[in-house]
Amino acid sequence: MTDSAEFALYCLLLPAGAFLLLAVVAPLRRSGRPAGFISIVFSAAALGWAVRAWLHSSREMFQPPLLWEWIPAEAGPLATVGVLADADSTIMLVLVALISFLVQVYSLGYLDHEPAPALGRYYAYQSLFAFSMMGLVLAPNFVQLFICWELVGLCSYLLIGYWYQKPEAARAAVKAFWTTKAGDAGLLIGIVLLWQRAGTFDFVELLLQVDSGRLPLEGLGLVTFCIYLGAVGKSAQFPLHVWLPDAMEGPTPVSALIHAATMVTAGVYLLKRTDWLFALTPDVLVLVGWVGAFTALLAATLACAQSDIKRVLAYSTVSQLGYMMAAIGAGFASAGFLHLLTHGLFKALLFLGAGAVIHAVGSNDIFQMGGLRRRMPRTTIVFLVGTLSLAGIPLFGGFFSKEEILGAVWAGGLAGPFAMLVLAAFLTAFYMFRVVFIAFFGEPAAGREAHAGPGHAGGAAGGAHLHDAPPSMALPLWLLAAMSVGVGVLFTVYHPEPGFAAPGWLTPLAVAVAVGGIALAWLTYHRRVVDAERLAAAFGLVREAAQAKFWLDDLFEALYRGVLLALSSAVGWVDRYLVDGIVNVLSAWTLVLGDRLRRMQSGQPQDYVYGVAFGLLLLLVWVQWPR
Amino acid sequence: MPLQAYLTLAAVLFAIGLFGVITRRNTVGILLGIELMLNAVNINLVAFARFNGDPVGMIFTVFTISITVAEVAVGLALVILIFRIRRTAIADHLDLLKG
Repeated sequence: MTDSAEFALYCLLLPAGAFLLLAVVAPLRRSGRPAGFISIVFSAAALGWAVRAWLHSSREMFQPPLLWEWIPAEAGPLATVGVLADADSTIMLVLVALISFLVQVYSLGYLDHEPAPALGRYYAYQSLFAFSMMGLVLAPNFVQLFICWELVGLCSYLLIGYWYQKPEAARAAVKAFWTTKAGDAGLLIGIVLLWQRAGTFDFVELLLQVDSGRLPLEGLGLVTFCIYLGAVGKSAQFPLHVWLPDAMEGPTPVSALIHAATMVTAGVYLLKRTDWLFALTPDVLVLVGWVGAFTALLAATLACAQSDIKRVLAYSTVSQLGYMMAAIGAGFASAGFLHLLTHGLFKALLFLGAGAVIHAVGSNDIFQMGGLRRRMPRTTIVFLVGTLSLAGIPLFGGFFSKEEILGAVWAGGLAGPFAMLVLAAFLTAFYMFRVVFIAFFGEPAAGREAHAGPGHAGGAAGGAHLHDAPPSMALPLWLLAAMSVGVGVLFTVYHPEPGFAAPGWLTPLAVAVAVGGIALAWLTYHRRVVDAERLAAAFGLVREAAQAKFWLDDLFEALYRGVLLALSSAVGWVDRYLVDGIVNVLSAWTLVLGDRLRRMQSGQPQDYVYGVAFGLLLLLVWVQWPR
Repeated sequence: MPLQAYLTLAAVLFAIGLFGVITRRNTVGILLGIELMLNAVNINLVAFARFNGDPVGMIFTVFTISITVAEVAVGLALVILIFRIRRTAIADHLDLLKG
């Protein structure tokens, strides 16, 4: 059905149009709010087309995509651009369009104190991001995918550094860019290696080759590993996850859209997109599973030691991405993909809820919040919905997909990762409810009045003015909350058949673990039966390590200082003294030679005539010389 | 008289003209030398035309003579202008193109 691809194409072109409009028409961009409205209208239309594309897509894995030749070559086009609309890509398209639209609406309220030109710039980037992400999702081949992959990386960089006057934000933007680039280099190498052996970038042709067994298997592990490296960088897997928590320096809506719901899941989407390729290399898949589970556990541990609400959410995103990767590693990519979709909904909800809180309180620190339940009752409800979804409580969004991941990993025979994931599920429930009990319940924090937000001057005038979010911010929150619950109820009632046999004790275990985590958080931070300090002291070493981020940042920094700078100075020496030296010597010789030859030019016409005559004579002698 | 006699005369005339161009210090003298060289060429042309029975050489000669006139007129005008500006017509002093 080409209908679906056509609708998807409209959906793709709308944000591109919005971006071009805002980028080219400078007065419009500088006008701020009107630019925002334009961007929102375009993304709303894009959402409509995305939903239509999804409704028209069939269950068939691969449709003949809408293609245009891009790089023509003798034996068929070398690269094409186009739209590949199947069930997976269109549902992802709907997610991207939906979150993008809601976040843009939300940003109108969240960034209402920004100067108009900055706001226009923000919306231009938002539109560019929506276009790039949709292009990535709909890519029919590796080339378009890689280009859009880099484009979303660029948008991420631009939006993390939105407050570029803040040194931390600028630093975080550069860090995110570099860290993901490290993975992207792997992806590029993987794509080229794959092309070398298959002769095509196209997903459909590759799938045909895989199905007919024409793709040579030896050495394919290296290819898939390189492609996986790209996903490691983008989807913040250990050890390249370090950029994601720092990326929280960007505005909160950006974190919700890019660093929770869509861009960071691009790696998972890539692996889901090419799961038939990865299925040929079980070794790499096992690696994916182990690294994913380890990332999930590591990030969950780190999240317990954070006091910045956005950083807690960032680590939880890393952790959930680990879950998805673990499911893919176990060989059940659709389980990971399902979690990607539900996670996109409730994590965006959590981030936007956190944004509403930050907007009101003017601080990211959960210990400066406290007792928000009474001041912001509606925000508390939606945040609680998101938290319950993330913790995996039945009837809420994340329950079914998380359980399916656990089942998939168990069915995949990865016992070690399964244990890690269960432990991470416990920690997830614990750290999320730690945030809830500290920030929303309990007593209002002392000294909050003195605290006005540095990022939102005027946005929060202190404790007396704490209130729920304005309608533009509240509407996306309620919609996302409703969808999180809706999806949860839907999956509880209507159980899609998993592709594996899950053991009967799985559901009780998952629920028990989640409830256990909540109970521990309740006892520790609400009833205060368990002393938080003593609990922390019991895990002294782990806690210390978690507060130092397991020294990974230090390690990378040392690596950077030691290896990269040493290499750079060595290369610099070669460039300065060898390459430049040769060039300088040559130019010096030329100068000397030119100076010598200059003397020949006496300026006397008679000398020249003499030279001509003498030359003529020589020529005559040479020609007439008897041989 | 044989062709060689004319050619020899032309060669001698050319050599004298070249010698003049190279050695004369006065610019007007150099122009005179150029005239000699051109006329040596004219003699060659006429001689070949005569001995080959081809009138094209004669026509060429007429052209050469008229162009020579123009050349001398321009050359003398240049010399006079140079003399006015630089107050000299000695070729050794005119070395503005010295590198």
